Amino acid sequence: MTSGIVVTDKLTKRYGEHTAVDAVSLTVRAGEVYGFLGPNGAGKTTTLRMLTGLVRPTSGSATLFGRSPGNSAVAARTGVLIEGPGFFPYLSGRDNLRVLSRYRRLPDDAAEAALHRVGLRERGHDRFRTYSLGMKQRLGVAAALLGEPDLLILDEPTNGLDPAGMAEMRELIVELAHSGHSVLLSSHMLSEVQEICDRVGVISRGELIAQSTVAELRGDTSLLVRADPRERAAAVLAELLGHDVVDTVGDALTLAVSPDLAPKVARVLVDAGIDVHELARRERSLEDVFFDLTSDVTAGDHTSNDARRVS
Amino acid sequence: MNAVIASTRAELLRLRKWPSMWVLLAAWIVLNLVFVYLFNYITFATGGTTDMASSAPPDVLLAQMLPSAVPQVFTQGMAMFGGALMLILGALTIGSGYGWGTWKTVFTQGPPRSAALTGTLLALLTVVIGLVLTVAAVDLGVASVVAVAESESASLPAADAMLKALASGVLILGMWTAAGVLVGALARGPALSVGLGLMWVLVVENLLRGVAAVLDPVSVVTDFLPGTAAGSLAGSLRDFGGDTTPGVLNILDGGTSVLLLAGYVAAFALGTVWLVRRRDVN
Repeated sequence: MTSGIVVTDKLTKRYGEHTAVDAVSLTVRAGEVYGFLGPNGAGKTTTLRMLTGLVRPTSGSATLFGRSPGNSAVAARTGVLIEGPGFFPYLSGRDNLRVLSRYRRLPDDAAEAALHRVGLRERGHDRFRTYSLGMKQRLGVAAALLGEPDLLILDEPTNGLDPAGMAEMRELIVELAHSGHSVLLSSHMLSEVQEICDRVGVISRGELIAQSTVAELRGDTSLLVRADPRERAAAVLAELLGHDVVDTVGDALTLAVSPDLAPKVARVLVDAGIDVHELARRERSLEDVFFDLTSDVTAGDHTSNDARRVS
Repeated sequence: MNAVIASTRAELLRLRKWPSMWVLLAAWIVLNLVFVYLFNYITFATGGTTDMASSAPPDVLLAQMLPSAVPQVFTQGMAMFGGALMLILGALTIGSGYGWGTWKTVFTQGPPRSAALTGTLLALLTVVIGLVLTVAAVDLGVASVVAVAESESASLPAADAMLKALASGVLILGMWTAAGVLVGALARGPALSVGLGLMWVLVVENLLRGVAAVLDPVSVVTDFLPGTAAGSLAGSLRDFGGDTTPGVLNILDGGTSVLLLAGYVAAFALGTVWLVRRRDVN
């Protein structure tokens, strides 16, 4: 089993009567890209702030690389971009990174390498205040990359980026993961998370309501069949595959079986003289899962969510 | 220790490139020249016929503008406008970091918060020392020009007097800068901290001293306020007659003023570190 480099145990943050983060227990494993999902105000950023030592938890604990957040040794191995980049507006992008390099006790040329990595080298001499939102975001990622940290904690890194910038950022994160970095990524872009994350945690109203691999959360793929007559098709397929895997949804049938069985299903139906209008692979997107989970919580259905938790 | 040195280097880099800091320092030097030399020289040159006439006779006015008097006069502006400007610098240095979100960025880079803030304080101390040395050099240069123009002695002041004045200047400006740093940390923003700081330096302390003049028990407090200590130290360096510069006082003796100022510097610095360490950064 791979060890967790980020581990939280019932991590909780309360502001007066309001519980922003409620007993969150999550694990990020070495070398994985972990997607941290949740609606606005769900507690994502507060959780990340606790993981970086900016905010102290009310109760519970968190460790990064086995140590407490905010520890200097932890910070040296962690690159952080939390809730937008915070830089000195009167300094150039390059000088901002040089200042941060000095705080990290790195040589000044570390700034140059980070600028190059996010494609800002040409504009490195311009003042930060003249940057577009996307450039500011990229500089934030460059700051997180200073010193080649083992773990990157990125809060909405694609905010403000145009589609090309988003694609570049996605490639960069994948590249970082392939080169051995672990990434804890908070994002609203569910398609992006589905594409690049190994595992995800979903937080809603401060509670971690699901944590699993993307594939497990999305569930098994199934087959969708539109055939005529439908009732006869259902009977034939139930006899072939079993009654419990055939379900009727509107004018179609869904089969909870592997898509590999599609040729066999088609052949049986045709042999039985049934017209097959559509036979398709059906799978839930992460977006479907996300909305299901978060709408369940809104409706107060916590029981079903507990069942989805995977350690 | 390494973290403190690294933080100091980082802060010096960003302060060096901060236009606001240079504007404040330039304003300090210009105001010092205007109040210590320009107005006095105009009064002296016009024979006291201007509305700006001081009660000091011309020979005293001229003596104040000669190089040998620099140790006495160059701290005179520190208790009032000099202190206010340095308080603004301290407040902006800390307060702006909250507005820009740079503390959040800095605190996730590795240095402990206490080391990062100590680095900021040391960088500001470097700025204060640089400013005091620059003002002293500028004052000596201008005073030499006055001496040559008026065919007076251009002999330099005694080294011990100069060193005492320089140390006093660093202590007075350092105290106001540290006060600004604390207010900046308390207010967590530049505008409120500058406003509150200026209210204290320019209004509240003077009002309290006014109250103390008619309500004796209040003087127990007002005699030991930061402005009183700064003004008294500046006043202890002066032995000229005539009106003193606003803010320059003769309430405490030099030794007590030094101790009190050192205490305030330590209290403001430690208070800032304690405050920033214990609070969340949102």
